[in-house]
Amino acid sequence: MRDIAIISFDQTPARRSVPELNEVEMLMPAIHGALAKVDMTIDDIGFTCSGSTDYLAGTAFSFVSTLDGVGPWPPIQESHVEMDGAWALYEAWVKLQLGEIDTALVYAYAKSSPGDLPMVLTRQLDPITVAPLWADSVSLAALQARALLDAGKATEADLAEVAARSRRSALDNPNAQLAWDRPADDLLADGYHIAPLRKSDCPPITDGAACVILAAGDVARSKVSRPAWIRGIDHRVEPIHLGLRDLTVSESTRIAGEKAGVAGGEVDVAELHAPFSHQELILREALGLGDGTAINPSGGALAANPMMTAGLIRIGEVASRIWSGEANRGVAHATSGPCLQQNLVCVLEGEN
Amino acid sequence: MPEIQLPASLRDVEPVRSVRTPAQLDYTFTAGDATSRFLRGITQKKIIGQQATPQSKVYVPPRGADPELGAATPIEVEVAQVGTVTSFCVVNLQFYGSGMEIPYTSALILLDGADLSIMHLIQEIPADQVRIGMRVEAVWRDDADIEPTLESIKWFRPTGEPDDVNVRIPGEKRGTGLGSWVGGVAPTELVVRNPRTGVGGTEADGGEG
Repeated sequence: MRDIAIISFDQTPARRSVPELNEVEMLMPAIHGALAKVDMTIDDIGFTCSGSTDYLAGTAFSFVSTLDGVGPWPPIQESHVEMDGAWALYEAWVKLQLGEIDTALVYAYAKSSPGDLPMVLTRQLDPITVAPLWADSVSLAALQARALLDAGKATEADLAEVAARSRRSALDNPNAQLAWDRPADDLLADGYHIAPLRKSDCPPITDGAACVILAAGDVARSKVSRPAWIRGIDHRVEPIHLGLRDLTVSESTRIAGEKAGVAGGEVDVAELHAPFSHQELILREALGLGDGTAINPSGGALAANPMMTAGLIRIGEVASRIWSGEANRGVAHATSGPCLQQNLVCVLEGEN
Repeated sequence: MPEIQLPASLRDVEPVRSVRTPAQLDYTFTAGDATSRFLRGITQKKIIGQQATPQSKVYVPPRGADPELGAATPIEVEVAQVGTVTSFCVVNLQFYGSGMEIPYTSALILLDGADLSIMHLIQEIPADQVRIGMRVEAVWRDDADIEPTLESIKWFRPTGEPDDVNVRIPGEKRGTGLGSWVGGVAPTELVVRNPRTGVGGTEADGGEG
């Protein structure tokens, strides 16, 4: 395997709505920022890959016009996934493993504001038996939370602890959308949003974008003093039929974590893409993360949840803490689909 | 096929052979900064292109990014309301949502001063007489009906000027009819100059008539 590292990351501030800009206008500052931080231009990039979805834009082939933001003329090597940018990063990592190129740029973006997000997300459900019910994403998450509570694996107070800690951590994140300091007990006094979830257990709806740059071996070392090396990366998917899954565990995360080698050393920091508070508990168990690991110091998806982007941001947030020396080894996780259907795990490490 | 054993309660029920699951999602579309500025120009019956730098391409309509430079296009440049047909299509089929009488002609029109052609209708000439290189001009709605939409231009009509025999592909210095491909060869560094680095393009004019 080639040594591949994350060498740059930038993101736009998460906002509920960015009506004054179209997608490419919103996205460009993240691309320009990530390139500028490592003194690179698109002509230094061997492969570009993006993650987004037309369902959020409400426009067919919406990703074609956002590609203009990197300067794709003369023609560049480029690909797109209708998935979170974390999976675009996976494709870029595979491409880098082939050895033909040394650098890759990955970006992701979404404006969730043009549509009714929980309704838009019903379109990812089984088209015959579930999507016609318009089972919205928050209600499905609430079913999962209920299953977890009924199984005795968590309490509503546990959920509130996750919600409170995430928003408190977000106070240190200038890109966060929801950041506040309220004790968990206080949150429990709020009424239910969709039982057993309170509003504080749910993510905000976010417009935003992010960009990550990867480089191989000595190219990475020439650009940053302490590259965040990808020591393992894997993704797994579970059946589309919710009834075939045990929603209180995340088997796909467990397998991906095993294949990525999470247990191979201390995990200083983990950024888990858990849009709902109870999902963090499921993910921590699936990855075997203990008290020695700082969970979601950025605030996670509960603080800012740009669709198709929040997973890629998790990788960038872990990489940033490795560049700074704050962490030596970290785990980034991304999810997609209802109730943690599909999961990607990436282990990043610095060199001492 | 293996025989399917249905529960007793379902045995005499008519089998489901198909389902119809209509779906509708509503969106609030926003045009963004660049296109909004362009559409504000339209309300003044001006066609305003945009560019990233004073030397770079002028885009009409602007979509927010210069694809050569990967940069925003803050500079506004008013372009002519006269241009050249670079390609066209005669539409002979009625389709859902179209109120047009067939046959009609939809064309790509490169306005003088622009580096990107706009798609619009050609009228006031029989469809079978529309041709590449034809010079056309914008015909606006009545002033009272001008809105921030390209439909404020009703259509384009022939100016009567001689055809532009040197009609070019927008943004390229070669003749039309070959798309972005030259002599069956994909645009590579040899035939396309990289506007950011100045590298390439050494064979751009080779073999072209």
